[in-house]
Amino acid sequence: MERVPIVKIGQTLFVSIQIDLQDESVLRLQEDLADELSKTGAHGVIIDITAVEIVDSFIGRMLTMIGSISRLFDAETVIVGMRPAVAITLTELGLSLRGVRTALNADKGLEMLNGRT
Amino acid sequence: MDELPIQSGDDVVRVRQRVRVLAAESGLSLVDQTKVVTAASELARNALVHGGGGLARVEVVRSGNGKSGVKIGFSDEGPGIPDLDLALTDGWTTGDGMGLGLSGARRLVDEFELTSKVGGGTSVVVVKWSR
Repeated sequence: MERVPIVKIGQTLFVSIQIDLQDESVLRLQEDLADELSKTGAHGVIIDITAVEIVDSFIGRMLTMIGSISRLFDAETVIVGMRPAVAITLTELGLSLRGVRTALNADKGLEMLNGRT
Repeated sequence: MDELPIQSGDDVVRVRQRVRVLAAESGLSLVDQTKVVTAASELARNALVHGGGGLARVEVVRSGNGKSGVKIGFSDEGPGIPDLDLALTDGWTTGDGMGLGLSGARRLVDEFELTSKVGGGTSVVVVKWSR
């Protein structure tokens, strides 16, 4: 199983998913992020899914859960870089990713987090 | 026809990758490729989690009117589904998901055929046609 690296820059944790996600990798990412949030006290999480070709109901549910877990650590999660085909498919699948915010790219995601008071 | 085992999370990824290649070969648009790969991911996971593992058969097919498409059959020897109508309802779940796997997969493809026998396994065949 491949692991997704987490990088802390300032008060934000950056996650860029560059692998073809299997369920175990997503579960592991969830645990690693919770650990990092509790260790670092970061206030934001940016998850870049530019390279992610599909988000199915499992991956979608995990992204939503990462948003909920982050909130328990007083951190906000922004998903950035969703491909148009993924957005269309997610909507048809019936997934709304409720509870997580989305932004066009990492720049805009960071602006969103920094605008938080 | 390609036959791929579904016994682990890695196998689910391999099924997705194979479906992606054949969907591109059969001329599906990027959005349609994404839809059928997503549907395949849901159904492969179902075979793994609920069916205790199974098989995926992936092939390029041609219709009578010259369209091409990708056809994927999933089969497992699991406990089967007692109530198919209920299982295809949005939100119906065995408890560990959001209940969008089967119903969502059906929406993402053009043809969807589900057969199941309690104690005798489950089979799902889906087709996505190029436009």
